[in-house]
Amino acid sequence: MDHVIAARAQMGTSLAFHIVFAALGVGLPLLVFVAEGLWLRTKRRAYYDLARAWTKGMAILFAVGAVSGTILAFELGLLWPQFMKYAGGIIGLPFSLEGFAFFIEAIFIGLYLYGWDRLSPRAHWLSGLPILISGAVSAGFVTTANAWMNMPTGFRLENGKVVDVQPLVAMFSPPWLVEVLHTTLAAYVVTGFGAAAICAWALLRGGADERREQIRAGLTIAMIVATVAIPLQIIVGDVIARFDADNEPVKFAAMEALFRTQREAPVTIGGIVTADSVRYGIQIPRALSYLATFDPHAEVKGLDRVAADDRPPVAVVHYSFDTMVGSASLMLLIAFGWMVVTLRRRPAPRVLLIGIALSGPLAVIAMEAGWFVTEFGRQPWIARGLLRTTSAVTIAPGLDVQFYAFSVVYVILAATCWWLLRRIGTHEHAGEHTTLERGTPT
Amino acid sequence: MTLVLGAALVTLGALALYAVFGGADFGGGVWDLLASGPRRDAQRDAISDAIGPVWESNHVWLIFALVALFTCFPFAYADIATYLNAPLTIALGGIVLRGAAFVFRNYASDATAATRTWTIVFGASSIIAPFFLGDAAGALATGDYAWTSPFALSVGVFAVALCAQVAAVFLVREEADPALRDDFRRRAVRTTAAVWILGLLPALLARNSEPAFFAALTSPAALIAIAVAMLLGIVVMILIARHNDTRARIAVGAQVLAVLGGWFGAQSPSLVPGRWTLDAAAASPAMLQAFLIAAAGGALVLIPSLLLLFAVFKGPAPSR
Repeated sequence: MDHVIAARAQMGTSLAFHIVFAALGVGLPLLVFVAEGLWLRTKRRAYYDLARAWTKGMAILFAVGAVSGTILAFELGLLWPQFMKYAGGIIGLPFSLEGFAFFIEAIFIGLYLYGWDRLSPRAHWLSGLPILISGAVSAGFVTTANAWMNMPTGFRLENGKVVDVQPLVAMFSPPWLVEVLHTTLAAYVVTGFGAAAICAWALLRGGADERREQIRAGLTIAMIVATVAIPLQIIVGDVIARFDADNEPVKFAAMEALFRTQREAPVTIGGIVTADSVRYGIQIPRALSYLATFDPHAEVKGLDRVAADDRPPVAVVHYSFDTMVGSASLMLLIAFGWMVVTLRRRPAPRVLLIGIALSGPLAVIAMEAGWFVTEFGRQPWIARGLLRTTSAVTIAPGLDVQFYAFSVVYVILAATCWWLLRRIGTHEHAGEHTTLERGTPT
Repeated sequence: MTLVLGAALVTLGALALYAVFGGADFGGGVWDLLASGPRRDAQRDAISDAIGPVWESNHVWLIFALVALFTCFPFAYADIATYLNAPLTIALGGIVLRGAAFVFRNYASDATAATRTWTIVFGASSIIAPFFLGDAAGALATGDYAWTSPFALSVGVFAVALCAQVAAVFLVREEADPALRDDFRRRAVRTTAAVWILGLLPALLARNSEPAFFAALTSPAALIAIAVAMLLGIVVMILIARHNDTRARIAVGAQVLAVLGGWFGAQSPSLVPGRWTLDAAAASPAMLQAFLIAAAGGALVLIPSLLLLFAVFKGPAPSR
C-alpha cells in the first residue's frame, strides 16, 4: 500500500470510527439528563429504568469514544508530524482547552456512572449537567481546529518559517462558528434519531410488555431532540454551503460537481462523475447560482479555476454531499411525520415506526458523509494553501501494517459494542457487576 | 520564570500525574491479570471498583501532556512522534485495548466467556501500555531513539513494576475486608522490593551502553532525586508493613515523582538530549503565553472537580 494512502486510510478510519462515539458522547448525556430529571419530578419508575438503561449505553460508548479519541490525538503526530510541527504552535490552544473540557467530562462521567449510591438523587442528576456541557464544548474546540485547517489564519510565513502567531485569531478562523454549530447539531441529530430508532425497533418487534412504557418514553424524548435538531441542522448546512461558495470555492465546486465556471449554474444531483465532467445527473437549471448567491444569474466558480493538481477527488465529495443532503431530507420528513402524529395525540403507526427505525442509520450515514465532504473536499491540502497532505506525512515505516492492525481493532470494538448494547436492551441487569455499579433506586 | 520553563513545568507536571494515577490504573490491570488465591474474584471486584470511577479522568493526563507537548514544543513533538513511532503506536494499541476491555468485561459481567476473554485482554494490555511508554521514555532519554536497546527495554520493565507497586499500595486502602487488604499488602511489599532492585537495572545498563546518559544521571540534581526515590521506596515498605496505609499512599506517589525527577533532572535542559533543547523546540512566546493562561484558567475548573471526584470515591468507604 502506498505510504500516503496508508496514512490517510488509517487517519480516515480512525476518524470515521471515533466520530460516531464522539457524537453519542455529546448527545446521550442530554437524553439521560432529561430522563433522570423526569424521574425526579414524577417518580415514575419507567423514567428511572430508562435513565439507567441509557446510562449503561453511555458508559460503554463514552469509554470507546475516549480511547478512540486518544488514537486520534496520537495519530496527529504519529502520521502527520510535518503538519504538527507547524500547526501545533498555531492551533494548539483549542486542543489544550479541549483537554480541560475532556477532563471535566471524564470526571463527571465517573461521578455519574458510579455515584448512584454515593450522591443524593438531586446531586446525582446535577452531575449530569457538566457532562453534557463539557461534551458539547470539547467537540466545539476540536472543530475549531478543523475550521483552521480549512482556512488557516493567525500567523504569517516568512522564508518558510511561521511568525507572528496569534493563537486566538487562529482558533477563531472564519469558518469556526458555522462548523462548530454544524458539528454539535450533528451530534444531537445522530443521538436523537439513533436512540429513537432503537426504541422504535423495540416497539416494532413487540414483546417486553412490562418495558413498553419505558420504551415509549425513550422514543418521545429522543424524537423531541431529533425534531428540534434536524431543521436547525439543515439551516446551518445551507449557511455553510454559501460560506463555502464564497470562501472555499474549490470545495463548493466539488460538492456540486461544477467543473466549468458559469453564470446561471445548475444544481446537479447524482450523475456519473468523470475526470472533467458529470453526466446523466438530474439538473435543476440556475438553482446553484440562486442557492449560492440568491441571484439565479450569478456566476459560480467551477473546478476549472484551479489546476488539476489542486482539485479534490470530485466524485467522492459530490456523492458524499448528495448522500448527506438526501439523508437529511428524509430525516426531516420522518421528524415532521412524527411531530404531526404526536401533536394529534395518536399512537405512531407502523410505517412511521419503520421510518424512525431507519432514521438512526440514516443519521450516522449523513454525519459520515458530511465528514467526507469536508475532509476530501479540502484535499490535496491538509491545511489549505499552506501544506499538502503528501508533504505532511511521516517518514516512519510500516504504516500499512498499522492500518490493518487498527482496522482489526476497530472491527472488534464495534462488534463488541453492538453485542453489549443489545444485551443491555434485553437483559435487565446486564452490566451490573459490583455493588458500586449496581446502585439502588431510592 | 520564563514562558518556556513554565510550559515545560506544566507539560512535565501532567506527565508526572499521569505516571502516578494512570500508572496506578495500569498496575490495577496487572494485579487483575495476576489475581489468585481463594479471593481471586473479590480481588478483581476490588480492582474494578477502584479503577472504575477514576480511570477515564486519570487517562486525560496523558492526552493533556501530549497536547501540551505539541502546543508548546511542536518541533520536538514532531521529532519524537517520527522516530518513536513504533513503540508509541504499540503503547497506543495497549491504551486503547485496556480502556475498552475494562468496560467490556464489566458490562458483559453475566456472560462468562466474554468476561474471561476481556479480562485477559485488560490485564495484558495493562502491561503492554506502560512497558512501551517506559521503553519510549528510555529511548528518548538517551537521545538516540534506540527503543530496542537493552537500556530502553529495561526502562519499560521498570515502568511496569512501578505501576504494579503504586497500584498495590493504593489498593490496600480501597477495601474494607481485612483479608483482601492483606492480599494487596503482601503484593505491595513484594513489588516495592522488586522496584527497588529493578530500578538499578537501567542505571547499570546505562553505565555500559549509554555513557552520556549515565554521566547525566550522576549529575547532582539527578543523584539527589534518585537517592530520594530509593529512600522513599524503603519508607513505603516500612509504612505498608506497619499498616500506615494513608501515608504509604503519599510516600509511593512521592517516590514516583522522585523517579521522574531523576529522569528530568538528568536530561535538563534538553527535551531530547543532543537533538532538542527546550528553547529550540518551543513554540512562539504568544503561543506559550496563551497556553499558560488557558492552563491557569482550566486549572480553576479542573482542580475542584478532581477533588470532588476523589472525595466521593477515594475517601473513607461509606457504610453499606
